[in-house]
Amino acid sequence: MREQIADALKGQDADYIEVRIEEREASRILYRGRELEDIGRSTSRGGNVRALVKGGWGFVSFNELSGLRDKVALAVKQAHLVGRGRAREFEKGKEESRLAPVAPVVDIVAPQIRKDPSIVPLAQKKGLLDEYNELIWSTTKIQTSVIAYGDSKKRVIFANSEGCYIEQTRVDLSTRIVVIAREDGDVQQVALSVGSGGDFGFIEGLHQEVKDAAQRAVALLTALQVKGGEYTAVLDPVLAGVFAHEAFGHLSESDFVYENDRLKDIMVLGRRFGGEHLNIVDGAAIPGLRGSYKYDDEGVPATRTYLIKDGILAGRLHSRETAAKMGEKPTGNARAIDYRHPPIVRMTNTFIEPPRQVGVSFNEMIGDIKEGVYVKNWYGGMTSMEMFTFSAGEAYMIRNGKIEELLRPVVLTGNVFSTLENIDAIGDDLAMNEGGGCGKGGQMPLPVSNGSPHIRIRKCLVGGR
Amino acid sequence: MENILSLARKVAEEAEVFLVSSKETPVGFEANRLKMLETRETISVSLRIVKDGRIGFSSTTRLDDPQALVDMAVESAQFGALARFTLPAAQCYPQIEVYDPEVEGIAIEDMVEIGDSLIARVRGHTPELVCGGGVTRSVGMVNILNSRGGEASYRKSFFAIGIEGTLIRDTDMLFVGEMDSSCHPIREFKPLADSVIRQLEMAKHPASLSSGRLPVLLTPKGVRSAFFAPLALAFNGKTALEGASPLVGREGQLLFDERLSLWDDATIDYCPASRPCDDEGVPSQRTSLIEKGVVTNFLYDLQTAAMAGSRSTGSANRARGGMPTPSVSALVVEEGDSTFEEMVRDMKEGLVIEMLIGAEQGNVLGGEFSGNILLGYKVENGEIVGRVKDTMVSGNIYDTLKELVAIGREAKWVGNSLRTPALYLSRLAVASKG
Repeated sequence: MREQIADALKGQDADYIEVRIEEREASRILYRGRELEDIGRSTSRGGNVRALVKGGWGFVSFNELSGLRDKVALAVKQAHLVGRGRAREFEKGKEESRLAPVAPVVDIVAPQIRKDPSIVPLAQKKGLLDEYNELIWSTTKIQTSVIAYGDSKKRVIFANSEGCYIEQTRVDLSTRIVVIAREDGDVQQVALSVGSGGDFGFIEGLHQEVKDAAQRAVALLTALQVKGGEYTAVLDPVLAGVFAHEAFGHLSESDFVYENDRLKDIMVLGRRFGGEHLNIVDGAAIPGLRGSYKYDDEGVPATRTYLIKDGILAGRLHSRETAAKMGEKPTGNARAIDYRHPPIVRMTNTFIEPPRQVGVSFNEMIGDIKEGVYVKNWYGGMTSMEMFTFSAGEAYMIRNGKIEELLRPVVLTGNVFSTLENIDAIGDDLAMNEGGGCGKGGQMPLPVSNGSPHIRIRKCLVGGR
Repeated sequence: MENILSLARKVAEEAEVFLVSSKETPVGFEANRLKMLETRETISVSLRIVKDGRIGFSSTTRLDDPQALVDMAVESAQFGALARFTLPAAQCYPQIEVYDPEVEGIAIEDMVEIGDSLIARVRGHTPELVCGGGVTRSVGMVNILNSRGGEASYRKSFFAIGIEGTLIRDTDMLFVGEMDSSCHPIREFKPLADSVIRQLEMAKHPASLSSGRLPVLLTPKGVRSAFFAPLALAFNGKTALEGASPLVGREGQLLFDERLSLWDDATIDYCPASRPCDDEGVPSQRTSLIEKGVVTNFLYDLQTAAMAGSRSTGSANRARGGMPTPSVSALVVEEGDSTFEEMVRDMKEGLVIEMLIGAEQGNVLGGEFSGNILLGYKVENGEIVGRVKDTMVSGNIYDTLKELVAIGREAKWVGNSLRTPALYLSRLAVASKG
């Protein structure tokens, strides 16, 4: 493949060209209720070419690998068309292609696997899910359940016109279990999501969690909905991780900022967003997590980046293009979900660090709350950059310093310019959640992880009756 | 395809081959100008078999090894679900137009021109607006072949234009946008531009709101962001079969406002969600879901219908060549008789909502929604006075749609899969930052 790509790149007229070829094997099991609905394996193969001319990109994706040279030529031709248009807008036609310099790497990266899902027989995977389903169905008032398991092994070859050649193999697996309870016309659900970058062990031993989820779904039938308004909210590490991802992570992705002067003014390094105790980090270089890798999809080595340090905007996530335009260093955050898409700036493993001084214990956090909410686990989260929402899979009222009754699922919202400042307590109990997938620009779900210790947010807006 | 089918028939009682291919050409704009041209070619083939009474399934993008595809399907049939359906035999399909050869003839340069003009017109109104967007054309081909002699194939064209604008003042961000799609080329960009300009006008001034219960007018886009996901799920035959839909067992009952009618329709000419047959080769149809407030039907594919003792509504879909599963083609809400202005004028204090975020991330199955108003306006004494922010609205669609104040008389497409008028709701819980 290496020679084939090198041949295809030879003599092409562009400022920069890259080729990605991807081979993927996957297996999946889907239960709906007691019925096994789908089980099996699939394979796919495809690739793409991306070319840059005078700041304009051409991109060609395909399943058929033959005729690679023509595909490169087509991407180059498209890039010329864009580049020409862009150059015209500038005096003297001098639009330039700028990519932050990166030393070309030649490397072959084996997957980091603890328990390889691809050698676990399909029957054994099914057996495990059967055990979970039995636990669910032995709970009364359960109407139905959905269990979706998937794993994949993907080998990606990346080469560019600067001499970079990288082969990376990555494994990803995930399981989502949804329990649905019903009484008359009322339907309630509880979901459990786990994932891993290469350890089938993560899927095993979830029996207690599954049992709890089933019981909680039934309990929700008699739970009340919270009254809408502002509350002091205490977030568990899972939901606080989703909060970090939605509240600040997405705004740190420079492709949203790099060509918008007004945003650049707002997102100026050194701006204060939160208290001294607040530190938010993203990085694929942190090993062993679902968003970890050695090189991103532009062949840039992974890093670890402080987005917020001591409450102050300290860094952001870059592709080579956004880094060059903003005069900063590339961070290795250009990722593509598969060969059908060009890489865009994405998060990897995002988390709030425990404070440098001793963190606040959970009991202290809830101790002086007269009326508040304790929110745990996640349903989802969304952001418009300024305003964001994150929804809790599990919520309780806090009254006079005590955790009280279970509430129906709660959606919380915030504004990046006030909510981060309103975090007034951070614990020491950092935990990572690897069950989520992130969506952006039609590329979803991208494997990421996020985490945090318990945190407390004052004046958090909660939707409700 | 014939080759795969004959290999599969050697080892299985029934077999069905599904092949889908497409060529898509998106033209992308970023920061007010052209940024990327793309060509995306995809092909995938999937095989469903019935072996020893059980379903086996496999798929691949590699056409070079049909035997591997058959082997994977056989492996999966060992554990597969019991097959309850019969594959459709050869038949005639309704004449539904979804291909316009003109789409392929649109030059890239013309697409660039459309995008440039769209952005220029909107920025003519608000020069500080930073716009992105895209113009896309594509042509796709679907082929289905099965062991009962069933055979279907059709070609579909698609054209879409979209724009999103970001306006930043101090730390205030405003997001506006519109998109439109069709099987015909869309050269007329002005309606789209003018709709974005209207959003900018209505959002010009900030307005504050107190928490409480307020009347809410959902624009067609607002209807989509609050109601589409719960409705699509509730009328899915699979959700119904499992008893997880709040509507199951309540067919024939008046559960919604008597003026509300809703159907699913894959037969409208030149609509991107239309097609002569579904992804199992069952002819497309219009299926009534709510008739004057009464629940009438659910959407089924072959297997789900057989299990429910019903018949397929031609609703089988395969996301990228996967296993067929029932889903919505295009939901259509019947128009009412009120104009937008009349409904706004009727509100003493209320809200007009264009877009919520997070509304689909709660207990969608139970019909609960709770979202932050990304784009919405406050109404005072019958007039839109400005944009509201940092505000949550919450409710349950089954309570909310029981009694509507009014239904708009002008329906609009929102994306490919919903056509709806504005809906005027009596009261929703509103929580606003104090």
